[in-house]
Amino acid sequence: METDYAIIGGGVVGLSVAWGLLRRGRTVTVLDGDDGSFRASRGNFGLVWVQSKGMNQPRYASWSQQSAAIWADFASEISSNTGKPVPLAQRGGYDLHFSEETLEATLAKYKKLKAQLDGNYPYEVLGHNALRKEEPHIGPKVVGAILHHQDGHANPLKLLMALAADVRRMGAYVLPGRTVTDVTKPDAFHISCEDGTTLTAGKVVLSAGLGATQLGPKMGFKAPIRPQRGQVLITEKLPKLINRPSLIARQVDEGGIQIGATNEEVGLDDRVTQPGLSSLAAEAIAAYPALARAQLVRSWGALRVLSPDGLPIYQQSAEMPGAYLVTCHSGITLAAAHARLLPDWLEGTDAAPDLEVFSENRFAVS
Amino acid sequence: MKTASPFLELESGRPVDVTWDGTTFSLPDGANLAAALLASGVEVFRHTPVSGAPRAPFCMMGACFDCLIEIDGVVRQACMLEVTEGLVLMRPHEGEAHDDQT
Amino acid sequence: MIKRDIAIIGAGPAGMAAAAQAAGLGLSVTVLDEQPYAGGQIYRDVDRASSMRGKILGPDYTGGTRLTEGLRKSGVDHIAGAVVWAIEDGFRISYSRDGRGAQLMADRILLATGALERPMPIPGWTLPGVMTAGAGQILLKQSGVVAQGAVLVGAGPLIYLIAAQMVRAGTPPAAMIETQTRGDMIRALRHVGGALRGWRYMAKGLKMLAEIKLAKVPRYTGATQIAIEGEDKAEAVTFAHKGSRQRISCETVFLHHGVVPNTQAARSLGISHSWDEVQACFGPVLDEWGQSDVERVYIAGDGAGIGGAKAAEYAGRLAALKMAEGSNRLSAPERDRKAAPLQRAMQRELAARPFLDAAYPPYRAAVRPADSTIICRCEEVTAGDIRGYAEIGCLGPNQTKAFGRAGMGPCQGRYCGLTVTALLADANGQSPDETGYYRIRAPLKPVTLGELAAMDEATKDAAE
Repeated sequence: METDYAIIGGGVVGLSVAWGLLRRGRTVTVLDGDDGSFRASRGNFGLVWVQSKGMNQPRYASWSQQSAAIWADFASEISSNTGKPVPLAQRGGYDLHFSEETLEATLAKYKKLKAQLDGNYPYEVLGHNALRKEEPHIGPKVVGAILHHQDGHANPLKLLMALAADVRRMGAYVLPGRTVTDVTKPDAFHISCEDGTTLTAGKVVLSAGLGATQLGPKMGFKAPIRPQRGQVLITEKLPKLINRPSLIARQVDEGGIQIGATNEEVGLDDRVTQPGLSSLAAEAIAAYPALARAQLVRSWGALRVLSPDGLPIYQQSAEMPGAYLVTCHSGITLAAAHARLLPDWLEGTDAAPDLEVFSENRFAVS
Repeated sequence: MKTASPFLELESGRPVDVTWDGTTFSLPDGANLAAALLASGVEVFRHTPVSGAPRAPFCMMGACFDCLIEIDGVVRQACMLEVTEGLVLMRPHEGEAHDDQT
Repeated sequence: MIKRDIAIIGAGPAGMAAAAQAAGLGLSVTVLDEQPYAGGQIYRDVDRASSMRGKILGPDYTGGTRLTEGLRKSGVDHIAGAVVWAIEDGFRISYSRDGRGAQLMADRILLATGALERPMPIPGWTLPGVMTAGAGQILLKQSGVVAQGAVLVGAGPLIYLIAAQMVRAGTPPAAMIETQTRGDMIRALRHVGGALRGWRYMAKGLKMLAEIKLAKVPRYTGATQIAIEGEDKAEAVTFAHKGSRQRISCETVFLHHGVVPNTQAARSLGISHSWDEVQACFGPVLDEWGQSDVERVYIAGDGAGIGGAKAAEYAGRLAALKMAEGSNRLSAPERDRKAAPLQRAMQRELAARPFLDAAYPPYRAAVRPADSTIICRCEEVTAGDIRGYAEIGCLGPNQTKAFGRAGMGPCQGRYCGLTVTALLADANGQSPDETGYYRIRAPLKPVTLGELAAMDEATKDAAE
């Protein structure tokens, strides 16, 4: 056996898991795709987000909270290990509302979730005037916001780069440009790639995003994931306009304002469209009118990796014990949990977090 | 006002007043704005947002984005604009404060 | 929304010639061009400038009025000042004009967006006062502005053209620091047959060299270790020549070591590109008519492959003929009959290219810059940064963009893309084709959010 763990997929999910396993002294080989692969790790919004998660499943909310609570420490560790800073701000985030009805409806859901979380759900409602004090550039159409104090945002690309550097520093073998075509388990796991590379491993983690639809069934997983496109805009670098992030817009550490995102079911199409860009621009301007004069410099489409209920999937294969499916659409928020907590589950230690609600059992056989 | 410049103008158009970075310039009406500013002795058009390095026109064809100026709150390329009477130009975003982000 | 048979993007020689040819065959055409006047870059502002500066610029330039006249006479719809920022299926073209967004539909598209200067990252190239040689030409053509005491740096016939024009304007360059070596010229002699077939072109070059010599402009050939010095602006150029270091004071430096196809629009459409080893750049994969591998999208002119203004004209007309045949305005035999003389003329125009490409190759130190040299002007990323990203697994430019922001600025890789690909290809031991290029998406040029949002209103209004 060449490696304790083979990690299929070197995005933020795979690298976070690899990092945690390396910290525990395991040998790890990461097999990553090529420069043109769909990479949700490169196209996401960068939020470290708690609110609005797990409205129908409190365990998802608490899992996100666990990750958010240790994110700063995790970021600080990888950045001091590598000398590569991982900017993070956790000063709260908004759910912006343009009508009292939607605001009230969301508040009702939050109230219910808060009770299910024994009160650990620190949010407050800001009416327009109170919001204006926090966000001087907020527009008149925004009737109010829910400010959740556990929300924040990071630089997801710097996170990715720091993780890439740290896993190498800790001795991972990283094989880029590899498309895994088959995984079998005659004794140990045998992994084969398109270019002829083969690998044997004690355990395998499938964290290949949309790649799991092909590979997952071969490894005994249902992997009922689908792509969902989010178009995102980014403006020229601007003076400070936005203090706290929301799903509509955030100002990144380098100064541009990131605006997102659409939710389109278009298959494996990560192109941008003028109607998509225009609708995002209109919403951003409704929230922050000063943005009307900002220049759009770049846009992209990224494919979210979505399970039917939008929750992560953490599943050990019944057919091939020792193979694990790890997939989610909130890889940035959950990076700390994947790095610090999930490895205990992979190793089967006493400290393993309870992830039962995230198993594939919840997907009825159709 | 025209400061010394390494550029020579072979002909001069009808001069009109244009304000750039608070200073009034007399530039030929209808001329390419970047060329006219260069010929008037403007050496530094902007400072980069990354390191504050000085920049001036580089390609003159709308591809490099080094000649950015701000008109009416919108940042545009000077090499893609023409001089008109009464233009008020500023360095990009230098009117507003820059705070630290995260 | 306006719907046309053909939308042509670019009003340079390829675009203008194609427009007139297509209109003459009964196709409906709109030409979208971002400049206020037709001519592209090579004939920039030729209608206004010819009478004023014709003697300085020469008949090759003023001859462009034949094309602008042809465009006007054709009655083709020419939308000036139109900055195209997206081309989507259908085809639906989104463009910006006078701060307002607009769209038009077309069955076929001809991309005629020309060339860009090959990026030439050398120490100090981002200082004020440093410009491309093309910029120097544009200043002269459009604005009658010439730099006094400028230094020209690099290699290629354009340097001689500019130097000759500056001499005629009374402001000869202070020096020409040329990077081609005698070895390059010897290797180029392999292609001397082509040079002789293109003798008219070569003769023009020799004439310019004679003018430059007569004006006693100092020339330093085989220069290496070129750097631009200065605190807040260019103050001098230093270089090594025949074993000794030289320093020439100047305030203006014009850089040039070849031009490369501007592939932004083509790449945003997903058109395949391949690496051209001789011209050291990517070019779109096209058939002999200029048709790409995306149906009904054509490319002509320097954007298809560097060939110069006359070749661009012929290529534009050939593409128009094919598009006319494709939309049943012309039979295939008719098309071929009309095409034959154009194809022959184009071959003559291109005859000298292999010789010139070999005699004036890109400056090696700018293709593989030192670690400390900035290679992405917008985000101030250095060559060393890129090499570092290769070390942590970046196989291609999209990963390095994610790690280091190179290619994320407003120029969208126009002045760093080729450098990043070359650095990664080297570092990873792969070919440029294997390494790839930046993923290019809309907006091809920045557009304000307000303009984008207004288009959203318009679509909603139309739907209601």
